[in-house]
Amino acid sequence: MKDAGGTSRTADTLPAPRDGGHEPSRGEPLLVAEGLTKHFPVMGGFPFRRQVGAVRAVDGIDLSVGVGESFGLVGESGCGKSTTGRLLTRLLEPTAGRITYRGQDITRARRRQLAPIRPEIQMIFQDPYSSLNPRQTVGTIVGGPMEINGIDPPGGRERRVRELLEIVGLNPEHYNRFPHEFSGGQRQRIGVARALGLQPKIIVADEPVSALDVSIQAQVVNLLHRLRREMGIAFLFIAHDLAVVRHFSQRVAVMYLGKIVEVGDRASIYERPRHPYTHALLSAVPRAALWDDDEAEGDGDGARAGAGRRTGTAPGRGRERIRLAGDVPSPVDPPSGCRFRTRCWKAREKCATQEPPLVRIEGNHEGHLTACHFPEEPTTAARGADVILDPALAAAERDRGPSPAAERDRAPGGDG
Amino acid sequence: MTTVTKEAAGPAPAAPGAFLSVRDLYVRFGTEDGVVKAVDGLSFDLERGSTLGIVGESGSGKSVTNLAVLGLHDPRHTEIAGEILLDGQELTGAGERTLERLRGNKMAMIFQDPLTALSPYYTVGRQIAEPYRKHTGASRREAHRRAVEMLDKVGIPNPRLRAEDYPHQFSGGMRQRAMIAMALVCNPDLLIADEPTTALDVTVQAQILDLLRDLQQEFGSAIVLITHDLGVVAETADDILVMYAGRAVERGSVREVLREPRHPYTWGLLNSMPSLTSDPDEELTPIPGTPPSLLAPPPGCPFHPRCAHTAEVGGNRCSGERPLLPEGRGAACHLTPEQKRRLRTGGATGLPPERHRTEQPGSRPA
Repeated sequence: MKDAGGTSRTADTLPAPRDGGHEPSRGEPLLVAEGLTKHFPVMGGFPFRRQVGAVRAVDGIDLSVGVGESFGLVGESGCGKSTTGRLLTRLLEPTAGRITYRGQDITRARRRQLAPIRPEIQMIFQDPYSSLNPRQTVGTIVGGPMEINGIDPPGGRERRVRELLEIVGLNPEHYNRFPHEFSGGQRQRIGVARALGLQPKIIVADEPVSALDVSIQAQVVNLLHRLRREMGIAFLFIAHDLAVVRHFSQRVAVMYLGKIVEVGDRASIYERPRHPYTHALLSAVPRAALWDDDEAEGDGDGARAGAGRRTGTAPGRGRERIRLAGDVPSPVDPPSGCRFRTRCWKAREKCATQEPPLVRIEGNHEGHLTACHFPEEPTTAARGADVILDPALAAAERDRGPSPAAERDRAPGGDG
Repeated sequence: MTTVTKEAAGPAPAAPGAFLSVRDLYVRFGTEDGVVKAVDGLSFDLERGSTLGIVGESGSGKSVTNLAVLGLHDPRHTEIAGEILLDGQELTGAGERTLERLRGNKMAMIFQDPLTALSPYYTVGRQIAEPYRKHTGASRREAHRRAVEMLDKVGIPNPRLRAEDYPHQFSGGMRQRAMIAMALVCNPDLLIADEPTTALDVTVQAQILDLLRDLQQEFGSAIVLITHDLGVVAETADDILVMYAGRAVERGSVREVLREPRHPYTWGLLNSMPSLTSDPDEELTPIPGTPPSLLAPPPGCPFHPRCAHTAEVGGNRCSGERPLLPEGRGAACHLTPEQKRRLRTGGATGLPPERHRTEQPGSRPA
């Protein structure tokens, strides 16, 4: 690791383990946020515009990404996950809170103070079409950041760019081509090569694969995997796709309306979730693996009873079915207390008045924190009755007759 | 439940009882760079009350097919050949008048992006009422009542009030519900849903998919569900049609295709999809390369440049001879059933034994 001042940057070839010196070991915190908050002002009023409110995009979150770790941040649109990524890269100014990078407070660091750190915190964007300048060649795009940061790799920048293209699985011959000559997946690789040129310690990847086709997604996920493993780069992986995050992240945080509601090891979050929202998210992921939970329906004829209705499955078989009502509320005026309470089937008085702290609740593994007053059982197995909060859905299923699953289970704690 | 046309032999006759029957459909667009073969000889059948999931990546021709069914292509730049029979009525070459009578009435569409599909100038209630008035001749008041009833059915709270709102006042999930209400207002026999949940969050997607399924049971419509997500199909459809480069490469019931996929492309799709149950530390197995350009699709099997098993078939068969998709359950592939079984001993687990490394240099920019 170079000294934090970082004046002597000589890029060696990336796959080699970098400067063996006093590299902080894996697991040590690299990028830490405490009480991170971002409120975007809402202007209004006539004739003089003044602030009439605020979009509380990120509202006091704590997270820490370790050296070489991949940390997943999941949530639905509008939950503040992208804003968090932009705050951590200092592309946005936080309203409150503290960001430390390797122990150094960078929350209010000025441009000049940030300069030596910036290369180490890189970003990959969601849209591979708008994040590359259409008028620059691949060589300029990938070499540009090196030039700006005064990195002169041995053998020259061009050679280095060609190496980088090869590392990300592109043909080095394409040095002089323009972005429009590439497909979406290949463009995303160019974005990755651009980030790698600066030898980052951490890459904030904001929905890096969600704009790509299914068969291409896996290529890019595997590439990022390889970079993390072989180059020890830490990742903050922001995505809405729980299955992709599961494949890429060692630790996962679930966000809802600007707050982290649950955080923990991958296994803890996916197999022993406690927050009702995490349960709802997991149960909403469509699965192609019919053979996992379909056995109870009888086999052979190829027909699927009740057009795929999986409600008759016995408890313990298959997985739970939770259908929330409505959409995420507005972050301008989030619900009091627990923000999820307006869509939660376990909500009670206490949830409206007291905000649940993000703590390790009883029965959780080490490091698994949940912000909930009335947590769920740590299992994703199917329940006795499905939780159907959507009124139209509940009505339709009630009409259909004696399906036990159509019964709404609003009774708090009535699940097993 | 449906089984995809077991009786029909050869591509010519439509299956008896099929409500929508597409036979040998070709759709070509003339562009500056040449002729794009967007759909290249596609056949499928759909019965009343069942759901067909058409799966494919962008550019596989799945949306183009369904725009052809609705007659929404610009005839000046589009060449359509083949048969599209809706309840026995020929739609290819049908006049605009005929199509207008059918659209919104007998067949309706749900688009991916409800914000662009809804007009910002009219209230949601009016937009839902309009096709109803047009097709049934109902009075303004009657149609409005019907719109409110539909909004209620799709789960919009306070439907009477919300009918007066404009689309921008609705959230994404509510807009998609309004779209569904609009599509179902005339009780269509055929509903085409083009990526209806791709723009939505997962929790909302789950609500909408379940709702579609429940409404289908009530209305008895046939649904064509277009999606790139095999998970969505698995949860919603009865049958699957997998498309690649404008052709159907595999078809069968959901259960058959997902349990025992027979085309290497379907294997690839399943293996490259991360799931909540697979081993998270295992690398995904992507399909190498990129989908082909439809200006000059590869000869023979369009998937052969990305296929790992062409050597198994031997000779130049894959690049020289176009494999045919048999009627009913089957896949368009030259591999013999024994070869496939050997290549996929995983069988029920759906995983092939070989997990080849596939960080391929993308040498063919699209």
